[in-house]
Amino acid sequence: MKAGSNLEKMLSAGHFAVTGELGPPQGNNVEEVRHKASFLKGIVESVNITDNQTAVVRMASWAASKILIDEGLEPNYQMVCRDRNRLALMADILGATALGIKNVLCLSGDHQRFGSHPESKNVYDLDSVQLLAAFKKMRDEGKFLNDKDLDGSPKLFIGAASNPFADPFEFRVTRLAKKIAAGADFVQTQCIYNMDKFRLFMKQAVDRGLHEKCYILAGVTPMKSVGMAKYMAKFVPGMDVPEAIVKRLQGVDKKKQGAEGIKMAIEQIEEFKQMEGVAGVHVMAIEWEHRAKEIIEGAGLLPRPVLD
Amino acid sequence: MIVGDSKPLEEILSMIEGRDKVLVLGCRGCVTVCNVGGEKEVGILASALRIARKKDGLPPTVDEMTLERQCDPEYIEELAEVANKYDAIVSIACGVGPQFVAERFGDVAVFPGINTTFIGGALEHGVWAERCQSCGNCLVHNFGGLCPIARCSKSLMNGPCGGSDSGNCEISPDVPCVWDQIVKKMAVMGRLEELEQVWPNKNWLTARDGGPRKRVREDLKQ
Repeated sequence: MKAGSNLEKMLSAGHFAVTGELGPPQGNNVEEVRHKASFLKGIVESVNITDNQTAVVRMASWAASKILIDEGLEPNYQMVCRDRNRLALMADILGATALGIKNVLCLSGDHQRFGSHPESKNVYDLDSVQLLAAFKKMRDEGKFLNDKDLDGSPKLFIGAASNPFADPFEFRVTRLAKKIAAGADFVQTQCIYNMDKFRLFMKQAVDRGLHEKCYILAGVTPMKSVGMAKYMAKFVPGMDVPEAIVKRLQGVDKKKQGAEGIKMAIEQIEEFKQMEGVAGVHVMAIEWEHRAKEIIEGAGLLPRPVLD
Repeated sequence: MIVGDSKPLEEILSMIEGRDKVLVLGCRGCVTVCNVGGEKEVGILASALRIARKKDGLPPTVDEMTLERQCDPEYIEELAEVANKYDAIVSIACGVGPQFVAERFGDVAVFPGINTTFIGGALEHGVWAERCQSCGNCLVHNFGGLCPIARCSKSLMNGPCGGSDSGNCEISPDVPCVWDQIVKKMAVMGRLEELEQVWPNKNWLTARDGGPRKRVREDLKQ
């Protein structure tokens, strides 16, 4: 065991893992974090806590992660390279692990031009691949990036993200391989809507044996409405929403589009459970945390296996 | 070359407000090539300032001068006899110009008439794009001759990120994703496998991050 987190234990025991996601509030509203967390308790192994997602300032990811620990949930601390240099990244992971955080997800981060403070300076001292390598070094060698010894090294289950739908497609599996080579123990993918493309991506990953070196969790975000599907198709970079998805949602009454979106997510998960190389599912019910249970339960993944 | 943009006339007028005698100072270096700070632009700016100041009943004295370069003390020296005649010198060289003038002439007020934007080149007539961030340790040969530090919005050394979309960067459909170009170029060159290696952390000491930079060539020093 690298960190002994629930997520690591579940995956290494061969169970189909389930992770969730929680976006901290744009303020220090602790109750909001607890409220969202309450919907995810007991139904996922670990909850990703986003780090200033979409470059909008929010409660620090490490702090929201600590609140989850206090609530009896396990966080997956997301860290982006956009907002801090290597000093701050290393300091924060030391602090986070000291608070009991065991999972980390290393990301480049959305460019700040999208976000709430587009005039800010961007950092990108390290990129996400280098961040993975940095944390692996700290964990496995007990050293800082400058090769000096740590006084207490972080026990971490290290995660990476992968977007099978970004371009150029032919390089996506290579980049995944780079992340695994750099230190990723597990990978969570971008929201999947184009199943044909994802099948191809997974085949390439499996052909390279990547699923044997790293746990790959497929990303699922339920569509709430036709509007959301169209928005994601048009405005979210790197998102691939086939026309058939929009059409299917358009085919049902407006009030039932949410239910249809959940049904679609469940169908996807049923396929992921059978797909070679997929070790679990990452359910990102964005501002829809209270519906996550329907999806996970509907996919036959509850109750979660009990670990020793 | 160093590429710049003219500052708005109103901004320049506001900077020199209350100063009677003005000199617009051009440069025959990069800013001449990118049509923002050469002799021609000195003439255009000086005329515009004269007209605007005359309209407002202000002294219209705006003289013109263009130096061979403003980044070299020997040419800055040409100002020695005239500098103190002016209440304001508006340099339309890159950011080096106003500073060299200010450093040489302690009692002369210097104002920047352009914004220095980037180190780049002309893509076509009237269009320039950034190519170099002067990081001090060139690595472009590893990336098909294209620079991920200057041209990737996130300066990723192990790109492309998940925001690369149809050849464009996530920040705008008008910004090409250099990593898309790098991957395609390396593929054409039969060198794609070189991109499989994990590029280690960049040493930013040679970049601006290591503090202001200075270069000393002992073989050239007198």
